[in-house]
Amino acid sequence: MELTKEEESALKGEHGETMETAYRILVAIGEATNAEKLVPIKWAHLSGVNYNTIGDAGEEFLSKLSQDAKVKVMTTLNPMGFDFDSVSKYNLDKNFIEKQQSIKESYEKMGVIPSFSCIPYEIFDLPEKGTQVSFAESNAAIYANSIAHLKTNKESAFSALASALTGKTPYSDLRINDSPNLTIKMKIDEPNELAFGMLGYFAGKVADNSVTISGVSEMNKRSCKSLCGGMGTSGRCGKFFLGEGKENAEKIDFDKKEMQNIYDELNTSDHGDIITLGSPQLGLEEIADLSSMLKGRSFEKRCMVFCPRVVQEQARKIGYTNELERAGCEILSDCCTCLTPLVDKNEIDSVTTNSIKGAYYLKNSNGVDVNLKSLSQIIQDETK
Amino acid sequence: MTFKVIVKGKASGKIMKTDIPINFLGAVDKKTGIIHDTKHDLVGKSIKDSILVFPYGVGSSVGAYTIYSLKSSKSAPLAMICAKADLSVASGCALANIPMVIATEFDKLEDGKEITLDTESDKLIIFRE
Repeated sequence: MELTKEEESALKGEHGETMETAYRILVAIGEATNAEKLVPIKWAHLSGVNYNTIGDAGEEFLSKLSQDAKVKVMTTLNPMGFDFDSVSKYNLDKNFIEKQQSIKESYEKMGVIPSFSCIPYEIFDLPEKGTQVSFAESNAAIYANSIAHLKTNKESAFSALASALTGKTPYSDLRINDSPNLTIKMKIDEPNELAFGMLGYFAGKVADNSVTISGVSEMNKRSCKSLCGGMGTSGRCGKFFLGEGKENAEKIDFDKKEMQNIYDELNTSDHGDIITLGSPQLGLEEIADLSSMLKGRSFEKRCMVFCPRVVQEQARKIGYTNELERAGCEILSDCCTCLTPLVDKNEIDSVTTNSIKGAYYLKNSNGVDVNLKSLSQIIQDETK
Repeated sequence: MTFKVIVKGKASGKIMKTDIPINFLGAVDKKTGIIHDTKHDLVGKSIKDSILVFPYGVGSSVGAYTIYSLKSSKSAPLAMICAKADLSVASGCALANIPMVIATEFDKLEDGKEITLDTESDKLIIFRE
């Protein structure tokens, strides 16, 4: 990879240790993706916020880094482990809360916008088409590329952080060429968001870094986010196209058999002790939808609803949150289903959710069983 | 065997090989290095002090922090050899200073073999048992 004189001197440590570390990461990912140069980005979205995922080593790294590091471009943040507004209601250990507070402060000190959301594409104004960004959250990277017409690779927590600190990224892979060599035909009739999530999970397993999906004429927001979440969980694919794809592309079907295999992999229980909605977090449109589905009905067990802080505030003004709380929902912001310590295997054996991404992490990281159901099925079975 | 250097360094040890991609966040214990994904063929094994050979990393972008945490808890592999590059493994190894290369002849690397990886001398030496 060709570096400018200034980039070269930063890599040698002449602009301090932080820049040296950032450029070392950029050079490694540049080599890994055969980049020829670095290009500027306008927006970085960072993962690595939840103490559950980054642990003591991550907390200490960020604390040290924040002593002198400042982000150079607009930088937003993924969810953390819990919602500070309601954490006292949960039986969470003091150490977790303190470490999470430290991580939050480190990012704020570096000038990061404390958005704590995995759906930055729904709560911030999108830059113009074709803008280079660096999104670490996988569902957000896939959404940014496929729906918002931005350009990002499926960044890692450190590559996005290095881009935030330098304002640059290696020019490679999906930033240059995104032409898929694989077309997956969606053969499920009238698919709901669960089917789209499983399609995404399947696509992530079989596709390289981009894929065409045929047989889908339209998708609502919930299904689209479910597809992005599922795809980001299982593989390296960072972009999808809807259409027929190239004539010479490899073609495979996603039919009942493929869907059943994914379902059997992720569904491990026929019931849930609690319900979680979100992962990705719900946007205003989905909150509005949920509140109308819940008219006159109430949940018979705990139902945690995850949405960004700004969405909760808007929903409160409009009155949606009243309806959700009346129906028994706990509304939580700044955190999400994936890896929240609020779902504790010592207290809960199984969770009902419509999130494929959530299902993978609930099972593998939180260590609880998962009962997969679509949202309409959840409302039908779990409310009165 | 030729390889492309992603993170420089030198390491000698025994190959632990899998043909299944690794989701570092979901499948690896960041303190002990033990794989706990029951669907993975390395389940129950620790990747600590191995020369870890796997196709590529998958899943969450936070997997890079898992690699950094493994190094901080002295449970990291001595080096990683992949068939394809992915940003989480490349950036995690870069920050943690774990030598990492992409092997062109991935299939020829055998589980259990003692090898020396030296990126400075451009050599991957495989010792037969």
